[in-house]
Amino acid sequence: MEYNLKDKYILQLNEKEKALETRDLNIFYGEKQALFDGNLQFERYKITSLIGASGSGKSTFLRSLNRMNEGVADVKGSILYRGIDINSPKINVYEMRKYIGMVFQRPNPFSKSIYENITFALKENGIKDKEKLAEIVETSLKQAALWDEVKDDLNKSALALSGGQQQRLCIARAIAMKPDILLLDEPASALDPISTAKIEETLLELKEKYTLIIVTHNMQQASRISDYTVFFHLGNVIEYNKTKNIFTNPKIKLTEDYISGNFG
Amino acid sequence: MRDEIREKIQKNSKATYQEIFGKLLVSISIIIILLIVSAIFGFIFSKGIATFTENNAQVKDFFTGTNWNPSMNEKGHPQVGALPMILGSFGVTLLAAIFVTPFAIGTALYITELASKKMKKILQIVIELLVGIPSVVYGFIGLNVVVPFIRENFGGTGYGILAGAVVLFVMILPTVTSLTVDSLKAVPKHYRSASLALGATPWQTMFHVTLKAATSGILTAIVFGMARAFGEALAVQMVIGNASLMPTSLLNPASTLTSVLTMGIGNTVMGTVGNNALWSLALVLLAMSLIFNLIVRLIGRKDIK
Repeated sequence: MEYNLKDKYILQLNEKEKALETRDLNIFYGEKQALFDGNLQFERYKITSLIGASGSGKSTFLRSLNRMNEGVADVKGSILYRGIDINSPKINVYEMRKYIGMVFQRPNPFSKSIYENITFALKENGIKDKEKLAEIVETSLKQAALWDEVKDDLNKSALALSGGQQQRLCIARAIAMKPDILLLDEPASALDPISTAKIEETLLELKEKYTLIIVTHNMQQASRISDYTVFFHLGNVIEYNKTKNIFTNPKIKLTEDYISGNFG
Repeated sequence: MRDEIREKIQKNSKATYQEIFGKLLVSISIIIILLIVSAIFGFIFSKGIATFTENNAQVKDFFTGTNWNPSMNEKGHPQVGALPMILGSFGVTLLAAIFVTPFAIGTALYITELASKKMKKILQIVIELLVGIPSVVYGFIGLNVVVPFIRENFGGTGYGILAGAVVLFVMILPTVTSLTVDSLKAVPKHYRSASLALGATPWQTMFHVTLKAATSGILTAIVFGMARAFGEALAVQMVIGNASLMPTSLLNPASTLTSVLTMGIGNTVMGTVGNNALWSLALVLLAMSLIFNLIVRLIGRKDIK
């Protein structure tokens, strides 16, 4: 069956609700184009899921949002954050990444203690007050729902934690910087269902304070936790809508077939 | 609050300057290294070709001639036939590589696949010790053990390419072994599991799966060993006999590029034909080490494909 990739449905938000917006984002790996004209708007204090098959460009898109693709891919177009284009070369990338954090697919704690994992970036940013550091460690571990499990051995190596705990530590590490927006690249795909459930709970709590954008392979996960869902296919944004609409009443045939598993 | 973040993102911060400073620091060190390397190349190159440009020697004679006697003239050209030394260098290097390959692979397989943890540690220490032994000690052992052994069992004086190759074999064994161990260790565990789960014996797995996957790493190890053997001067000079004659047998005294260089460089005056001719040998050595490097690169690139 042939699909027309020009058939699209992209939801538009009010100006006031937007936390982040991309305009005509085109991403190239050398000659190969990985994303075509990405125009998306992300609502503040909501969870937006990016779904699609492998190679659909969703991870590439996500990694471009805080310019982690720098030097890997060529990103053209604009990414608007607080009214400015953060894809411009004039932007202070290091400063920007403090407000747009990222959590990766595989848990990647540093080989330091749990405590130092969280304080690393804070110290680099000049926070030296011990009491303040301890306070931030506690609140971010609490927000990541890890505090009760590790509060007695904060000086233990982070590598001694289980995979699920490590991933929650990585989330805690990211939110210790108090970002505005948190990007998550398949944060639960390497974890077992129990750890996944805990991560999902954590994310639902986090959205009260942060705007979350999450790439996931798991469509049930997208429908469980997200408010909005974007469906990517072959580098094109095919459909962007409220999650409940996408899963119950998709506007595009391609989305419907992907979601119901009748693909190809 | 909103505006504050917006301004911060648009302004340079301490981090930006740190970044520029760091890049500067790294660039300076790389520039210094590049300068040193190009100075060495330029120096050896300019000195090395002086034999041909100033002293009127012929390039063809240099690579094919067999008479090495730079101070003597023959029809207006100095006698700078370097073929005996070039052959000597290649002879000891290739022979040493042939000796070292089975031993290095065997030792490395034992260390990575068979040895117990304790044994592994002991062997690792032994190999590291071997790397640290100065080459003059290897030369001494060659002089006192290898040379008499060859004289008594194979005839001749005992000095020659064979003795040189045996000494080099012992010298490069630890280097080649430890690089081979590294490349075997880099073969993922699940390759072995996959092969064993198909019913293959550990022996079959070792030979057809593990070694195969590590081939390019092992080749690199051998080439590195050869590069070291080619450049080794002292130990070889002590056992090779130092006669600038065409090597007709592995048992006759011969010489290598490095042995002629170390013997001669103190006994010639800068700027004379004799001295310039030695620089030409150094140029050949340099070119060879470049070629060895290139081979290692090519092997590495093939691996990716």
